[in-house]
Amino acid sequence: MSSNEKGFDRREFLKGTAAVAGATAVGTLAPFGLAHAQAGKIKVGLMLPYTGTFAALGVAITNGFKLAVEERGGKLGGREIEYIVVDDESNPAKAPENANKLIQRDKVDVVVGTVHSGVAMGMAKVIRESGTLWINPNAGADEVTGPLCAPNIFRTSFSNWQTTYALGKVLKERGHKNAVFITWKYAAGDQAMAAFKEGFEKEGGKLVKELFLPFPQVEFQALLTEIASIKPDAVATFFAGGGAAKFLKDYQAAGLKGKIPLYGSGFLTDGVLEAVGDAAEGVETTLHYADSLNTKKDNAFRLAYAKTYKLQPDVYAVQGYDAGQLLAAGLDAVKGNVGDKAGLIKAMEAAKIDSPRGPFTLSKAHNPVQDMYLRKVVGKQNLVQGVAWKALADPARGCKA
Amino acid sequence: MDLAFFLIQLLNGLQYGLLLFLVASGLTLVFGIMGIINLVHGSFYMLGAYLAWSLAGLTGSLAAAIAVGIPLTVLFGMALEWLLIRRLYERDHLFQVLLTYGLILVFEEMRSILWGDDVHGLPVPALLNVSIPLTETLSYPVYRLFISGVCLLLAFGLYLLIQKTRLGMMIRAGASNRDMVQSLGINIKLIYTLVFAIGVALAAFAGMINAPLSSVFPNMGGQVLIICFVVVVIGGIGSVKGAMAASLMIGLADTFGQVLVPEVAGMIVYLLMAVVLVWRPAGLFGKA
Repeated sequence: MSSNEKGFDRREFLKGTAAVAGATAVGTLAPFGLAHAQAGKIKVGLMLPYTGTFAALGVAITNGFKLAVEERGGKLGGREIEYIVVDDESNPAKAPENANKLIQRDKVDVVVGTVHSGVAMGMAKVIRESGTLWINPNAGADEVTGPLCAPNIFRTSFSNWQTTYALGKVLKERGHKNAVFITWKYAAGDQAMAAFKEGFEKEGGKLVKELFLPFPQVEFQALLTEIASIKPDAVATFFAGGGAAKFLKDYQAAGLKGKIPLYGSGFLTDGVLEAVGDAAEGVETTLHYADSLNTKKDNAFRLAYAKTYKLQPDVYAVQGYDAGQLLAAGLDAVKGNVGDKAGLIKAMEAAKIDSPRGPFTLSKAHNPVQDMYLRKVVGKQNLVQGVAWKALADPARGCKA
Repeated sequence: MDLAFFLIQLLNGLQYGLLLFLVASGLTLVFGIMGIINLVHGSFYMLGAYLAWSLAGLTGSLAAAIAVGIPLTVLFGMALEWLLIRRLYERDHLFQVLLTYGLILVFEEMRSILWGDDVHGLPVPALLNVSIPLTETLSYPVYRLFISGVCLLLAFGLYLLIQKTRLGMMIRAGASNRDMVQSLGINIKLIYTLVFAIGVALAAFAGMINAPLSSVFPNMGGQVLIICFVVVVIGGIGSVKGAMAASLMIGLADTFGQVLVPEVAGMIVYLLMAVVLVWRPAGLFGKA
C-alpha cells in the first residue's frame, strides 16, 4: 500500500479473494512413489486425503488396506503390491486431474479412493471413460452405485441412503409417530434426509419438518429453537466431525436432550465422543459398524490393527481393510493376471467379504449388502444394541449397468 | 411463529451477531485500520481454541488458560509482525494475500503436528454451566449470554481505545498517512507491531472463549474467516461501530433466514452484503 493511500477499496479486496481461490486451485500436489513400476508388481493407486479436515480418515483407510495386504504376505494373487499415493486434499476441482495422473501417467492397475463424495463424483467420470478398476472405500454419494454405476466401479463402505434408511424402523419401534430431520444443505445431507423420509414414511411415520443449515455452518441455535417450538416425538440428523460434536453439545445446552430423543446416522457419534462429554449419552444411531461387536473376526482385526499402527481402528479403517480384501478376492481368482479384467470383476462381484463389520456381499451395482447396526452411546463407546436392518441393500436407483 | 418464539429467535440473532463481532473484532483492527488483507485471521482463531484446550488441560480451568494464553498470543503476534508482516506495508495487496494465505497452510500443518487431527471438546466453566428455562422444551445456556456480555465490553473497550486514547489517535493517523506520522517523531513501526499483536490476541481470545461452545477441530478457522471479512466490509472498513452494526445485522438475517427461508439461507448474508454495498459502496460507516 502506498503511504498516503487511505485504506483501500472493495475492488482490491475482491481481487484478493479471487487470488485466494486461484491459490487453492494451484495448491500442493504430492505424488510420492515411483513413476515406473518394476515388472511383476501390481500397481495400486491410493487417491485419498492426507491433508485437511479428512486427513485422519485417509490415513485410517490406507492403514486398513495395507493391513489386509500384509496379512497375505504382502502379495495378492501371488504378486507384490506397489503403492502410488496421491493426496486429493478433498478438493473436487482437482479430482479429474488427480485421477488422470494415476491412470494415464502412473498406469495403475486399480484406483482406491476416496473420502469426499464430491471428489468421488469427479473421479467417476474419468474412471468410467478409462475403464480402470476402482474401489471406493468411503465416499457415500448415492450416484456412485446409482446412475454412475459401471462394471469397474466397486464400493466397500456404504451409500448415504443406507446410513439413514433403517432409522425409520427404529423410530417406529420406539413409538415415535412424527419426527424432524436436521442436516446441512449439501448433497450428502439431502440424500441422508431423503432416505430417512422414505424409511420413516414406509413405517407410517410422518416427517413434519426438514431443517437445513448451510454447509458447513455450525450455528444451530435458530434451528434448535424451531425444534423446541414444533415439539416432535423425535429428532433425526446427519452431521459428522466437528459439526456433529457441536450439534450434540448445543442440543444438550438448549435443554432438548432428555425431552426429545435424538437419533442419527452413525457419523453423528463416531470420533467425537471424547469431545462431547455426556452430551451424546444415550443417543441411538445406525451404521454398518460399531464398537464392541465382539466377533472373532472383529477382535482379530482390532488386535492386529492396534499392534501394527499403535492406534485403535475405526469404521474407516474397516472400509479400507475390506477394499484390500475385495481386491485380494479378485486377484486370487485370476492368479494375479490383472489383464483378465472380466475374470477379475466377476470374482469380485461374487466375493463374500469376511469383514470385521460382519460378512457382506455386493449388490448388482457393487455396493455392500450389509447389516445396519443399532448403536447406543454408553460412556465413550458406540455399543451395539442389535441389528436395525438385516442385509440392507441400496436400491441403486438409476443404475443401468 | 408465536410471539414467544419470535422473541427467542430475536435473542438468538442478537447473540449470534455479538459472537460474530467478537470473532471479527481482531480483523477490524488489522484489516480495517492497518489495511492488511489478513487471511490468516481465522488461523489465529483456531490457534486460540487449541491453545485454550491444551492449557485448560494443564491448568484445569478456562480462565487460567486465557490468562496464560493471551500474553503468549500477544508475543506471538509481535514476533510475526516483526518477522514477516512489516515487509508488506509498502507492497501491493496481492503480496499480502500470498503471504497470509501461505501462513494459513503453515499454521494448519503446525496444528496437525502439535495437536493432531481429532475433534476435542472443552467443558463450559462450572459456574456458568447452567441453562435458563424459557419454554417447557427450550432452555437458554447462560454461557452464551456471558459471551454476549464479554462482546459488549470488548466493543466498548475497542471503541474507547481507537477513538479516545492517544494511542488510538496515532493508530488512526498512521492509517491515513504513515510517512507523515513518522516524520512527526512517532515510532509508527512499534505502533503497528502493537496493533497487529492486539489483532492476533483478539482473534485468539475469541477462539478461546468460544471453544466450550464451538468444540475444537481442524480447519475451524476457515469457517469464520469469510464471515469476518463480510462483517468488516458491510460495516465499512476502519469502523468499529460499523463492524458492530454489521455483526448484528448478519446475526439477525442469518437466524431469521434459516427459519423463514431455509432454501436460500446460505445466500442471505451475501445478499445482504450486496444490497448494503449497492446502497452505500463504502459500507455502513465507511468513508467514501
